[in-house]
Amino acid sequence: MAVMSVLVFVGIYMIGDPLAILVSPEATELDREAIARSLGLDRPMWEQYLTFVLSALKGEFGKSFVFGQPAINLILERMPATLELALIATFFSVVIGVPLGLYAGLRHETVTARAIMAGSVLGFSLPNFWVGLMLIMVFAVQLGWLPASGRGPTMEVLGIHVSFLSLAGWKYLALPALTLGLSKCALIIRLARATAREVMLMDYVKFARAKGLNERRVIGVHILKNIMVPITTVTGLELGSLIAFAVITETIFSWPGMGKLLIDSIVHLDRPVVVAYLIVVVFLLVIISLIVDILYSVLDPRVRLGEAK
Amino acid sequence: MTATLQVDNLETQFPTRDGIVRAVDGVSFSVEAGEILGLVGESGSGKSITGFSILGLIDPPGRIAAGSVRFKGEELTTASPDRLRSLRGARIAMIFQDPMMTLNPVLRVDTQMIETVQAHEKVSEAAARARCIETLQSVGIAAPEDRLKSYPHQFSGGMRQRIAIATALLHKPDLIIADEPTTALDVTIQGQILYEMRKLCRDTGTALIWITHDLSVVAGLADRIMVMYAGKIVETGAIATVIERPQHPYTRGLIGSVPGAMPRGKRLFQIPGMAPAPLNLPPGCRFKARCGRADAVCDTMPELTELNPGHKARCHHPFDAMPLSPAEVAS
Repeated sequence: MAVMSVLVFVGIYMIGDPLAILVSPEATELDREAIARSLGLDRPMWEQYLTFVLSALKGEFGKSFVFGQPAINLILERMPATLELALIATFFSVVIGVPLGLYAGLRHETVTARAIMAGSVLGFSLPNFWVGLMLIMVFAVQLGWLPASGRGPTMEVLGIHVSFLSLAGWKYLALPALTLGLSKCALIIRLARATAREVMLMDYVKFARAKGLNERRVIGVHILKNIMVPITTVTGLELGSLIAFAVITETIFSWPGMGKLLIDSIVHLDRPVVVAYLIVVVFLLVIISLIVDILYSVLDPRVRLGEAK
Repeated sequence: MTATLQVDNLETQFPTRDGIVRAVDGVSFSVEAGEILGLVGESGSGKSITGFSILGLIDPPGRIAAGSVRFKGEELTTASPDRLRSLRGARIAMIFQDPMMTLNPVLRVDTQMIETVQAHEKVSEAAARARCIETLQSVGIAAPEDRLKSYPHQFSGGMRQRIAIATALLHKPDLIIADEPTTALDVTIQGQILYEMRKLCRDTGTALIWITHDLSVVAGLADRIMVMYAGKIVETGAIATVIERPQHPYTRGLIGSVPGAMPRGKRLFQIPGMAPAPLNLPPGCRFKARCGRADAVCDTMPELTELNPGHKARCHHPFDAMPLSPAEVAS
């Protein structure tokens, strides 16, 4: 996190002077200097960085140049929207991807399996923004079933605004979640298929059959539990990348999440927001990989270190 | 009395892009209750496939193309998948070669054993667990209650194979098919397991088919032996007769290549050449390319003929009919 904070700080410092954007062209030189001083932009770079780090350690990431609010608040305010979108997209890509991939792996010679695989290649290679635009074209413009942008009504649960509790909220969620989840779903299908094909040839699967277990138990317990190990890893990694890079989808659907905030802030060279955003994202990635590691030990007894005797 | 297992003219084939592989090609044999049959052959001779064919566990696209498998008089090749499933694990059990691979690494031992009990009998989990503990004890696992809660990776290879054997024994099956179960184990463990299996068959009247490539294992274990080569039985008979007076040159070659069978210091016998490619079997005797005794007659497939009572061989020139030439004795 420390390394990243330096990289981002210096990077944005070098790109441009936020004053050029913030201050209207008609302002006098005196006004410029006054604003620069109030934002701390008149100091040399290392000093700015030092101030930043010291306050960051106290949990303060500075005020947004544009909104005049603490940057971290801006981000936390928008985080639930992004998290919700990413979690729902991931949830559906796993719930749909694993069974389809399992089927394609176990019955790999059937027409259905081939159709699933062909579909996954499409899902994999179609660019995100194009899928989003096409979905808007079909479902919002042509059919008029679903709204094209925004988040719609939200409900408050424990102080967090969420959409997935109401039907109206789902309508707004559907298209962006689908766009975001499509390529992840394709990835999980391919992964599930590949591991299922590997696992089904294992002796323990044959032994399970030789024990007289029915197919439901052989597939649902013996095979599924084994393929969930790599799928959990990949899902965790992908969830991280979904949260961090939902930027494009959020922009297309004007979803009021962190991604859209990031784009706006980059455009305005709103350094505190960008830096705070990246720190929050890195923090989330660390948390997610911790959760994945814990899940891993639940799924695969061989990685439980405490019992390694 | 009907034999526990009666196999007639079994043919198991695998279609491939280049043609049909006849992995098992017209194999017939029977096993009686309490009898131990050693099924010997090198890799690719069709011995394991024979075992899987009996259980109906041939992976598609492989299939049983012809012949019959009768278990206590019941035809298995035409039995419904559900009927086969209810026999597998309960009446006919199988033990696999590699104990490292037969237990599912992500499931606890108790899960894997209890599910076997419950797949065939409606019993409570506690009753099933009690049965597992009892069976584990009988195969020599100490403190089975605690061991049940472990995962397979916490056991050594020998222990895992005992667990696999215990799993196979849970329903006191009438027939056990053991596919090289001791190959991956070290010799002392191998000895123990052989002894226990033999005792079990004697005590319970379980028929046992012991598939192996290791003649020395079978020699001390089996009642009868069956040697397979390239999908066909080449020699079968009582263990002592076959080992002492092998009739087929292949069997003789196998015996000669076991250390200890030859005088000390003498080079072990090697069967020249390689087993024929299963897609490209020569006409006639399948062993002729590697056989020092082959001549023009061997271009036709010899029949499995009874040379002495109970002792059959598939050879035009069995050793009793054509004694060793001086050159062969010298080698």
